[in-house]
Amino acid sequence: MDNAPQSPVPSVPETPVASSAAPPSPLKEFWFYFSENRGALIGFYIILAIVFVAVFADFIAPHGPTEQYRDHLLQPPAWQDGGDWSFILGTDAVGRDILSRLIYGARFSLFIGCVVVFLSLVVGISLGLIAGFLRGSVETVIMRLMDIILAFPSLLLALVMVALLGPGLLNAMIAIALVLQPHFVRLTRAQVINERSRDYVVASRMAGAGTLRLMFITVLPNCMAPLIVQSTLSFSTAILDAAALGFLGMGAQPPTPEWGTMLAEAREFILSAWWVVSFPGIAILVTVLSFNLMGDGLRDALDPKLKRS
Amino acid sequence: MFRFLIAKLALLVPTFLGVTIIAFSFIRLIPGDPIELMAGERGIDPERHKQLMAEMGFDRPIWQQYLDFLDKLVQGDLGTSIITKQPVLSEFLTLFPATIELSLCAIVLALVVGLPAGVVAGVKRGSAFDHFVMGGALVGYSMPIFWSGLLMIILFSGILGWTPVSGRISVMYYFEDATGFMLYDSWMSGEDGAFASAVHHLVLPTMVLATIPLAVIARQTRSAILEVLGEDYIRTARAKGLTPRRVVAVHALRNALIPVVTTIGLQIGVLLAGAILTETIFSWPGIGKWMVDSIFRRDYPAVQGGLLLIAAIVMIVNLLVDLLYGLINPRIRHTE
Repeated sequence: MDNAPQSPVPSVPETPVASSAAPPSPLKEFWFYFSENRGALIGFYIILAIVFVAVFADFIAPHGPTEQYRDHLLQPPAWQDGGDWSFILGTDAVGRDILSRLIYGARFSLFIGCVVVFLSLVVGISLGLIAGFLRGSVETVIMRLMDIILAFPSLLLALVMVALLGPGLLNAMIAIALVLQPHFVRLTRAQVINERSRDYVVASRMAGAGTLRLMFITVLPNCMAPLIVQSTLSFSTAILDAAALGFLGMGAQPPTPEWGTMLAEAREFILSAWWVVSFPGIAILVTVLSFNLMGDGLRDALDPKLKRS
Repeated sequence: MFRFLIAKLALLVPTFLGVTIIAFSFIRLIPGDPIELMAGERGIDPERHKQLMAEMGFDRPIWQQYLDFLDKLVQGDLGTSIITKQPVLSEFLTLFPATIELSLCAIVLALVVGLPAGVVAGVKRGSAFDHFVMGGALVGYSMPIFWSGLLMIILFSGILGWTPVSGRISVMYYFEDATGFMLYDSWMSGEDGAFASAVHHLVLPTMVLATIPLAVIARQTRSAILEVLGEDYIRTARAKGLTPRRVVAVHALRNALIPVVTTIGLQIGVLLAGAILTETIFSWPGIGKWMVDSIFRRDYPAVQGGLLLIAAIVMIVNLLVDLLYGLINPRIRHTE
């Protein structure tokens, strides 16, 4: 009950507040709590850096992502014997610069995260609002459908769906969005049921607000905090699952410089060329870790119940 | 308790029917009909095709086909693999022990390390150990295990030469697999070194598969401990003059473990999803690898059967966890 992010009807304090200072803006208050968490800040800055790299990949990357240098096959990183500073992280089996591929790969990972989170957020929020507002048989049907999706291990369901739709990045994103959205549905529904009977919603209804207005304008903004946290955490799950699908050969297809796909191509060289295998994984780990760090920080900052724990 | 059980079962039945509908539709959503699929790339004579369609009931209304599917399902008939021509159920049951063995070892490792780490981190909140455990848990939780598995192969198999790269046991050993559980079978075989070889093969996959459950369990245990330590009865126990160790071990831990039980139960899905990746990397002959191989071989009856069986297992384990939870926490079974 008490984890409503910001109740629009503040409880009136019994003694008038002495100071005349205006209350901090919600954004400022959020930043205050968020920036207290050092891990979250680090995650946030790393994400900014990844976004920067992805946006300006054309200028930052020393080589093209699919350009093959036939004289430099499986060349080790610059600091090793046989390395060369024009290929800082070495080259892969067909002579492509690994650093450049990783830089371009950041675009794919962020793109995957954005699309998957957007899809599952839109569908999840809509279904959750409908279930929470209409209740009855509609709610039962929606929630049972979500239970069915959740009965499958997520990666397995995504894998089978991609097998059905055909391997590829787009289908992988659709499949991952589908397996992630039940969490958004459940979260939204629980929040809606919590908020629905509150005074401000009842007041709005009395004032003649229609169901759609109640759903999207009155109630939804007050359900956003946990959804934002879930979105951040889903962003990292999406990147991880898409990389796993790519690794299994069911995600982005070669020669796309997607990190999971790069790992799949590198598998046969694990015992001979460690750099082809190591760097794409580090890229995945750092990205996913940053989003998880930020997600934890957001949870602490946005959820008043946990704020001080 | 009985009503609680009935309520849980009542929820399970429609969900399971939904799962069967998904598995049933799966084969029919693939372009081409089932007979063409079974014929494979060779193609099939149109006359024979029509005859087979009628023979196998594929020309009948879709709802009748679904009822047939359910009817066969109840009798344990999950269809026949296109590739091996073996019944899907028996293939699954042959490979399943390998996955159970790996998953059990992984969850035991996750518990043995994760629980104490979480408890100590919670009790010594803010200490260096706490930061270390929580940092490690966050890294573990974010780990692409298909990558860390490869790194471990590079390190332990490639550079150090301590562990084998793939499989369940060295090819030197041969014995009847009585149970399918390699640790048990190799122990019972009495062959010199067989058990050690099985253990050697198990170490890396177990560590890889345990990564995420370990991280989740450590985090959950820590936050459960933190929550419990703030309760009044803990203050009472402390005020009575009990030793800190007793307060934690007896009073706090028992209550903190209740939510952790659910977390452990929820890891079954994580384990089975992780098994897909782990078994692929280590060529571990379990159902995860079997599912991936079946998908690539377009062995759709096998994929369909596997999907159904894995979902059923996840659901049954979740039900058991719910029941266990109701058993150890009376508050749950008395609320609606």
